[in-house]
Amino acid sequence: MGDPFSLIANWLLDLLVGFGLELEFTKVLLKFLGAGLMGTVAMLLMLFTIWLERKIVARIQDRLGPNRVGPYGIFQTVADLLKLLTKEVLVPSGADRFVFIIAPMLVVMSVVGLWAVVPFAPTLFGTDVNVGVLYLVSIGSIGTLGIMMAGLSSNNKFALLGAFRTVAMMLSYAVPMILALLVPTMLAGSMGLVDIVEAQSSMWFVVLAPVTTLIFFISSIAEVGRAPFDLLEADSEIVAGFHIEYSGLSFGMFFVAEFLHAFTISALTATLFFGGWQGPGAEAYPILGFIYFLIKTGLVYFVVIWFRGTFPRIRIDQLNTLNWKLLVPLGLAAVVFTAVIDKWAAEQDLSRVLMHLAGNALLVVLTLFALRAYARSARKKEEAIRSELMKPSHVSGAGD
Amino acid sequence: MIPLTWYLILSAAVFCVGLFGVLARRNAVAILMGIELMLNAVNINLVAFWRYLSSEVISGQVFVIIVFAVAAAEAAVGLALIISIYRRKRTISADDINLMKW
Amino acid sequence: MTGLQIVFIAVGVITFAAAVMVVVSRNLVHAALWLILALAGVAVLFVILEAGFLAIVQVAVYIDAIAILIIVTVMLTRHAMRDDEPQLNKTWIWSALAAILLFGGLLFLFNQVPDLVAQAAPLVETDDTYLEILGKSLVDVDRFVIPFEVASVLLLAAMIGAIVVARPPSSSSQEGGQE
Repeated sequence: MGDPFSLIANWLLDLLVGFGLELEFTKVLLKFLGAGLMGTVAMLLMLFTIWLERKIVARIQDRLGPNRVGPYGIFQTVADLLKLLTKEVLVPSGADRFVFIIAPMLVVMSVVGLWAVVPFAPTLFGTDVNVGVLYLVSIGSIGTLGIMMAGLSSNNKFALLGAFRTVAMMLSYAVPMILALLVPTMLAGSMGLVDIVEAQSSMWFVVLAPVTTLIFFISSIAEVGRAPFDLLEADSEIVAGFHIEYSGLSFGMFFVAEFLHAFTISALTATLFFGGWQGPGAEAYPILGFIYFLIKTGLVYFVVIWFRGTFPRIRIDQLNTLNWKLLVPLGLAAVVFTAVIDKWAAEQDLSRVLMHLAGNALLVVLTLFALRAYARSARKKEEAIRSELMKPSHVSGAGD
Repeated sequence: MIPLTWYLILSAAVFCVGLFGVLARRNAVAILMGIELMLNAVNINLVAFWRYLSSEVISGQVFVIIVFAVAAAEAAVGLALIISIYRRKRTISADDINLMKW
Repeated sequence: MTGLQIVFIAVGVITFAAAVMVVVSRNLVHAALWLILALAGVAVLFVILEAGFLAIVQVAVYIDAIAILIIVTVMLTRHAMRDDEPQLNKTWIWSALAAILLFGGLLFLFNQVPDLVAQAAPLVETDDTYLEILGKSLVDVDRFVIPFEVASVLLLAAMIGAIVVARPPSSSSQEGGQE
């Protein structure tokens, strides 16, 4: 009773083989069925998570959120999607028609494709690719391509600006994400996500590498393009950026893809750093593992929503500074520290955990020193400029 | 199953198409796209030979990884050069960039 | 005709057709998108050849980096060539002849060598997976650590060179009309 996934899979296999189909063909058919089911469930889950996000952001902003359509506004997302479905899909004149239609499909494809390697339970995962971590990076970057195509093919200057900003931001933040993904690979000894989850049976990786968890979390939020990194669609700056000219179902696809991507990176953070389906009794009863996974993903998603409601939007130069001056050196240092400590502490017991924690604490202290020095030099520069401006020679209007 | 010659014929075909692209197009970016096609054809060839003739020797895959690195470096430098030429001469047609011709 | 042969023929035809469309497309953005399709076809071919790691690296390096670079360059230099100008140069007939001759020569060569019609033996089973063997051989002092390090120095040189070459001119000749 604890393993409903294998029960259902075996029952279906026996049923179809009993109809007279051969075994290999049935297995391929079941794989297609499973993929379709996973995509459908991911999309249907959005109906719930979008409502949840709107309610939580509303409460953070001291208002009620949607509360008209259904009890507590539960059917608001259904109403929104029905409205988007019935709107006309306008292709602007002068736009590249084929590329315009294909771009949202690429973005959705890249996000749903990420669900194929996430292990939900000990016996429930799409596929166990032994390069799972690299698969995450490469399929996730196809979304960047889709967004750029969307911006380029609309015959619109603001869309073009949005497309260029997208390329700059998403390619930049892919670098610390890849560096942060090296650390669970080193700690687990394998790139496959199933192996990474199974290696966390003694201790979650968030305890062994807290700095890396933060780096991965922040760079994933930037990869998705959510607040505070949502200058891709900043309404006050570039009027919705790359999806200005999209309406109806095409815009609906971008909309759903963004929220699904946010949920996906919560699932990935939970899998890579918080133990995935690990928990008391999860190996014996896989259904418990599935429940643990959902709880962890929900908690991380709550933190993502919390970020959205709390932080103001980051400017493009602050974004670049944060990435190249803080996250990338920190990521490199974290990789080096983890590699050195992992070689040093060969046994798999408490001493290894304590040494990793000590290494991370040292890294945090060094970062704080570096940040203090940077803040002091920035303040000195600002005071120098201010004292220059206050001098009487500048009052008469002679500028630099 | 699939004989080795099918892979070799496909790789030769893509290589020749890339060669035509490099020799016959005027736009510099299009020439670079032809070069990328040629490098990909070489990669197909290398991996096919690794798989069919010497799958226990890993040097086939190492060669492919080095080709990936070289292709990425060459694409980056080539595109930087094209942008620089465009800034100075306002053209990227390979016919017009002929200052060093005798 | 087994399933794998049908898949190979389909992927091969798609890759070849996309390659041809790359070199004859008038609009450069369309050519870049056909190039992405050709690169994805090559990645699927790598999966058929049971080199899964190389397929993922192909997607990550070519499609996610080089293709985006090419599209950005096309966007930045879009005003240089109008779409109604001829996009093949004066000597294109000789290039087509050279390409066809090369293809014919290669086909002739494949006929000469007899054991190229080999079928695929199953992959040799080893203790480590192929990924581990690849990783170990890239840092083994007796094997491939020198090409690995030289490739990383090459990438560093290319990165610095590209940044220096593509820097906007900081002298008096400022960029005129912006795109």
